[in-house]
Parts: sequence; structure tokens; C-alpha cells
Amino acid sequence: MHEISLATALISLVHEQAIAARARRVTRLVLEIGALSHVDTHALRFAVDAAALGGLAEGAELEIQEPEGTAYCLDCEASVAIAARGAPCPRCGGVKLLVQGGDEMRLKEMEVV
Amino acid sequence: MCGTCGCGQGEKRVEDLHPHQAHDHAGHAHGHGHDHAHWPEHSHTHPDGTTHRHSHSPGHAHSHQHPPGDDPAAGETRLLSVERDILARNDAIAAENRRALRAAKTLALNLVSSPGSGKTSLLVETLRRIGGKYPLAVIEGDQETTADADRIRATGVPAIQINTGKGCHLDADLVRTAMARLGRPDNGILFIENVGNLVCPAGFDLGEAHKVVIVSVTEGEDKPLKYSGMFAASALMVVTKTDLLPHLDIDVDHLIENARRINPTIGVLKLSAKSGEGMDRWIHWLETARALRLATD
Repeated sequence: MHEISLATALISLVHEQAIAARARRVTRLVLEIGALSHVDTHALRFAVDAAALGGLAEGAELEIQEPEGTAYCLDCEASVAIAARGAPCPRCGGVKLLVQGGDEMRLKEMEVV
Repeated sequence: MCGTCGCGQGEKRVEDLHPHQAHDHAGHAHGHGHDHAHWPEHSHTHPDGTTHRHSHSPGHAHSHQHPPGDDPAAGETRLLSVERDILARNDAIAAENRRALRAAKTLALNLVSSPGSGKTSLLVETLRRIGGKYPLAVIEGDQETTADADRIRATGVPAIQINTGKGCHLDADLVRTAMARLGRPDNGILFIENVGNLVCPAGFDLGEAHKVVIVSVTEGEDKPLKYSGMFAASALMVVTKTDLLPHLDIDVDHLIENARRINPTIGVLKLSAKSGEGMDRWIHWLETARALRLATD
């Protein structure tokens, strides 16, 4: 996944929200980056720091929550947790799984002054 | 710099098909667009005297405000609940593109693959076979050069090149700009050939009806497991260069099994643009998808 594009989009969204809330500075960001979203969170942190330079969110603390992947197994007809796409069903070992969650990339909340 | 793939936000350019002041230099032509640099960052001064530096993506609005210093809330720490997708802006533009394409009864396909999978060769052969029957157009994405758009235009089909500079994928805004310059193939098919990259284009909706992932038989059986996001996002996998199979050890059935492990509903076609084997089925798939677009609102 393309962390620089994501970081730039994130900082635009943060500025938009901060301005709408008449905030002077953004001190903390809480993101939700699902385990199946193909985002390297280490690279994302680096990119967000760079993208925030000179703006309202410069130096903001970054909290990244990583919800686990969830999928529906077509073999045993149950919702299960998976660590990666292509991983077998932990209940029955089946490999026909439809991903249901864990691929989100969201700005959850932000702390401003 | 993207830590995953090493790309950055270079100078993005959409080829100008009707430049106002185009002129030739010793064998190459270029046009003067109206674009300006959004990246790297630039500085500007507001009416209240504050100067700052910033950067933004193409298609942004230039106006923005700073909060007044006498804001009653100033100084208090507040928690804002946002709950928005980070790529919400790209997704909103993609939705606009999708609405426009649907209104024009145009089938748009986003062709994704690693570099060298044979996307452009497949496209050239496809256009040669269906050109003239109904409107066709091609948007070509590459980091540099107009070589691919030139190959497409040689078939007589209109094409426009987007150069993403250091960027590793197309986004919805670039495609919107390209569509405006190229003109839509109403009642026909718009092929969008994405930058050769099996990672980043998976996350960026362009407004297409389907993503089609193209894998050549020389790439081995494990691509779907190594780059699962792309196979999960695609409706169809096209296995290309099947004329090379006698020279290779690849087990194509195992490749297909791996793709279905990532995406149980993915369709599969095997073909060779060179020998023509399997091309009829691909053309049939395209015409069926186009018929569905024409038949539905």
C-alpha cells in the first residue's frame, strides 16, 4: 500500500476537520488500520510525520489501532478471525474465505486545542 | 517516501492532447498545461499576515482559513470524533467518475498487474479485434514516457497518457482529468491501464466497473498469495503468455487455486495475445460485460 498517498490524504482530512472545529493545533490522532489493509504502519508513521510538517498537526501524537481480520468461511459457514488474506480457516482448515473486516483505513478521532 | 514500494509523490502529468502552445523540439513534442506544483510543499501568505508552507494533492481547493485568535475554545483540549475513511476524498471522486460512466453507458475496466505482464500487448490485440465495432478509449498510466499511449494510438483508438512521476498508482482525480481531456467512449469500453504494480493500485478506486488483474505464466504460482490485496479486489484474473507454457515449469492450476483462495468468486481466463489462443473468450467476456452495462441503469 502506498503510505505517502495515505499520509497526504490523512493530513488533508485532519486539516479540514481541525479548521471546521476552529482548532489551533492538533495534538493527537487515532487511526484504525486493519490487519488486512496492506499498510505498513511503520512506514505510515514516518510518512504522517513528514506530511504534517508545517501544518496544524505537526508533531501530533499518532495512535494506530489495528483491528484483526475477520472472514466468513464458506466451508464451515462461520465468521472467524484470520491473521492474513489466504490464511486457512482456524475452525475447519478451509481456504474459501470471504473477508468481512480488518481492511479499514480510518481516521477515528483527533485531539485538538 | 513509501516504505513499502519506495515511491513518492513525483510530478504527476496528464498528457495534454490539445496543447495551446505545443511545439516540437528535435523529435519530441510537448504541451504547456496549466498545472502547477502541488508537491513539494509551497508557501503562501494569508490576508491576516500569517505565512505558511504546505502542499496538497491535485484537484484541491486553494482557499482555506485559519481560526481567529479569539476563539472561545482556544486553549482547551477537545476530542473530536471523526470516523472517516482516510481515502474518503479519492472514493468521492471515484463515485463521481462512476456516475458519469454509468450515465454514458460506458464500461470502464481498471487493468492491474506487475510490470511486464503483457498488459499493453493484450490491449493492443484486443483493440485490433474489436476496434470499429463500438467506441473505445484508453487511459495509460506509467511513471514516465508516452510509449504505451503511442502504441495504443497506432491502433487508431484514442488514448491519453498519465505520467505519475514517482507515484506508483493512478488515483480517481487523475482519471477524472484524463476522462475530461480524452472524451468518453459512450456505449463502449474505457480501458484504464494502471501503473505496473501489484501493491498500491489495489486501494485506489478509480470509478471502474471492475478491476481485472493480469498475470503472466512467467510470474509463477504464488503471486496471488504474495500480493493478495490485488486479487481480493479484482473480478477477473487473466493469465497471459500461455504460448510460453511448453518452456516453463509453472502449474497454472495451482496459480488459479491460489487466486481462488484469496478471492473465491474471481473469474479466470487463460490466453496468449501472441498466438491468439483464448482471445475469443476474453473478447466474449468484454462483450458480455458491456452488454450488462448497456442493459442496466
